[in-house]
Amino acid sequence: MLEKAIRGSQTYWGWLIFLLLVIGVGAGNFIYQFFEGLKITGMSRDVSWGLYIAQFTYLVGVAASGVMVVLPYYLHNYKAFGRITILGEFMAIAAVTMCILFLWVDLGQPIRVLNVMLYPQPNSIIFWDMVVLSGYLILNVLIGWNVLSAERKGIHYPKWVTPLIYLSIPWAFSIHTVTAFLYQGLPGRHFWLTAIMAARFLSSAFASGPALLLIICFIVRRFTKFDPGKEQMRTLASIVTYAMILNVFFFLLELFTAFYSQIPGHMVHFRFLFAGLEGHGRLVPWMWAATVFAVLALVLLINPSTRRKEDTMILGCASVVIATWIDKGMGLVIGGFTPNPFERVTDYWPTVPEVLITLGVWATGFFILTVLFKVAASVKEEVAGY
Amino acid sequence: MYDGWKIIVGLVIGVCVLLYPFWPSAGKWDAKVPEPELTARAKEAKECVEPKSYIRTEHMKLLDEWRQEAVRDANRIYKSSTGKIYDKSLQNTCMECHSNKSKFCDQCHNYTGIDPFCWDCHIEPKEKT
Amino acid sequence: MAMNRREFLKIAGFSTLLGLGGKAAFELLAPGEIEAAMEGIPLTAGKKWGMVVDMTKMDERIMDEAIKVCHRIHNVPKVENTKQELKWIWKETYEHTFPGQHHEYPAEAYHGRNFLLLCNHCTNPPCCRVCPTAATWKREQDGVVMMDQHRCIGCRFCMAACPFGARSFNYGDPRKAPEELNPEFPTDMTYPTRSRGVVEKCNLCAERLAKGQIPACVEVANKIKKGALTFGDLADKDSEIRELLREHYTIRRKPELGTGPNVYYII
Repeated sequence: MLEKAIRGSQTYWGWLIFLLLVIGVGAGNFIYQFFEGLKITGMSRDVSWGLYIAQFTYLVGVAASGVMVVLPYYLHNYKAFGRITILGEFMAIAAVTMCILFLWVDLGQPIRVLNVMLYPQPNSIIFWDMVVLSGYLILNVLIGWNVLSAERKGIHYPKWVTPLIYLSIPWAFSIHTVTAFLYQGLPGRHFWLTAIMAARFLSSAFASGPALLLIICFIVRRFTKFDPGKEQMRTLASIVTYAMILNVFFFLLELFTAFYSQIPGHMVHFRFLFAGLEGHGRLVPWMWAATVFAVLALVLLINPSTRRKEDTMILGCASVVIATWIDKGMGLVIGGFTPNPFERVTDYWPTVPEVLITLGVWATGFFILTVLFKVAASVKEEVAGY
Repeated sequence: MYDGWKIIVGLVIGVCVLLYPFWPSAGKWDAKVPEPELTARAKEAKECVEPKSYIRTEHMKLLDEWRQEAVRDANRIYKSSTGKIYDKSLQNTCMECHSNKSKFCDQCHNYTGIDPFCWDCHIEPKEKT
Repeated sequence: MAMNRREFLKIAGFSTLLGLGGKAAFELLAPGEIEAAMEGIPLTAGKKWGMVVDMTKMDERIMDEAIKVCHRIHNVPKVENTKQELKWIWKETYEHTFPGQHHEYPAEAYHGRNFLLLCNHCTNPPCCRVCPTAATWKREQDGVVMMDQHRCIGCRFCMAACPFGARSFNYGDPRKAPEELNPEFPTDMTYPTRSRGVVEKCNLCAERLAKGQIPACVEVANKIKKGALTFGDLADKDSEIRELLREHYTIRRKPELGTGPNVYYII
């Protein structure tokens, strides 16, 4: 089926070549980082995780797009989603690949990464993250490829795929839970030390994943003859709406606990993010922008008329993606590290090489996404007789 | 052959790329077999931590075991088969006798194209140039 | 020091032996004797190491000397970007050492006063719990929280987990640290440096403990003022450190987190 990916329009090839250029620049900067060390980033002794881990955290959520389409179809027989389960699964593949890449470029000794498998430590959440992310990637590759292959041949997919599909549903929930556990079990980081972290991760995942999927569905409809379907897109939009409501609600719950209890250790991280501390406030405009986008998203998506109209639906989804990207990315990671355990504030801002490497990894993900979606759309076009 | 030129050019590029491991040594095929020099101190000691025949082929494995045992098992004492006791330390045991790294260790390592990363952390003894 | 007379003699003996140029001394003795004595870690097995920082005796000079000796014998460099600094032992003001403890009307003697901070070698260390490769772990024999730089992948999860900010990361190659800031680097030829991309922290001078010596910071502090820093076995109820803890009121950093820090401060 991969042969579908090497035939395409000028736009298709132009986009792939553009992505390859961005990947190239990112790779070049990564080589620079490999030899110089992570000192070329903006990370410090106090803020020891930055843009890379922020992207990783966000993309684990996006990988949920798979289950939000798979679950209604397989568990609740929502036939309409049958057309687009493959899109969810393929997007999950691209997202998980980006997660793994972001983790890898963040390591101080990247060539020692296999130590995580050679010396397994079940007490470490990173070990379990490695297990669930690799497992989810393999599941989605096996399921996606076999289901699409069978569709192309006009037959039912092989029987052994079915248990894998059912397994992928709780497995998807596990990748968010485990990633949330990375943060919510650390004593001394009071911004993260809350049980609701896993619930927040799940809700923002089920908002951002399907929102991104919806935007990409529009692009697929625009550039190929495959139409994911009006009903499908509306249902996805409803899912995004409910998930975003929950996501914002959980955030407000956190605000309540911090500010009603008036405990300094809890309040100070929110103060840093939304008002700045000791003159350090670079993230403040970003956090308020995230708030504005979140509100805009809710207004556009809760209101049925704007949710059903396609241009406002897309705007609402884009707002969800932007708001969650800021809040679950830089907001979460930098907010947790600042102030540090001694109540001191160290500024963090990504450097140019750091941003270029990040863009390179995003471009890699979009490259994989483009190739896979091209294959999926072309197969569906072929089956439909175009 | 159809597309004959494309195939031949592709083959040539492919073979060249596959021979990548040999690129760095191109033109150096007449290199001399190395002759590592012993320091006066090493000559005086007469024997290494283990007999020469064993040490020559197994020192990498021995050092690997040492680093595991010294750091992780907190067992820094090595009882050699010769009956002597040594401190498990690359810097303080091995390099105390073989302090001429460039004339000893590097001789064979360079010849065989090995670049052990021990020296990223462990300090090479200062040599008189 | 924490030991009784018998142990002191054992230590003195071994120190002299090892002071005679390591293996050379060993060669002088019959293998059998040494072997019998040298199983495991003779002097640290069964111990639970702890430290008491006596702020009534501590002053800026002692702290500076302790920091200097530690960073010298462990080849800890000064890097140009202070945000990415490396420190195994350092000074922090009272308010920042015990955040949440201070109030609006502090005692004059403590307002803004520097305390000496280092890794607490906790009894229940979260850093070891989170390490995916066991590159850091708590030694069963004596409770030292160790680092294995051969295995560390530089993920910095331990740095996120440590509630005390005790860990530093080598963002760059320590050997490429600026010469003006590190004129004699490496400052100790008997100890390695680190490579870029690994985490480091106080190792309670494990290499010295193996030879029967106490941590360098404690040794240097006691030379200037006896009792400023005390190192000893918390498991031995007759040790000096236990006596100090019985006689003086001590506090630890963030005890409510349950990590069980083993560095105590006499205020």
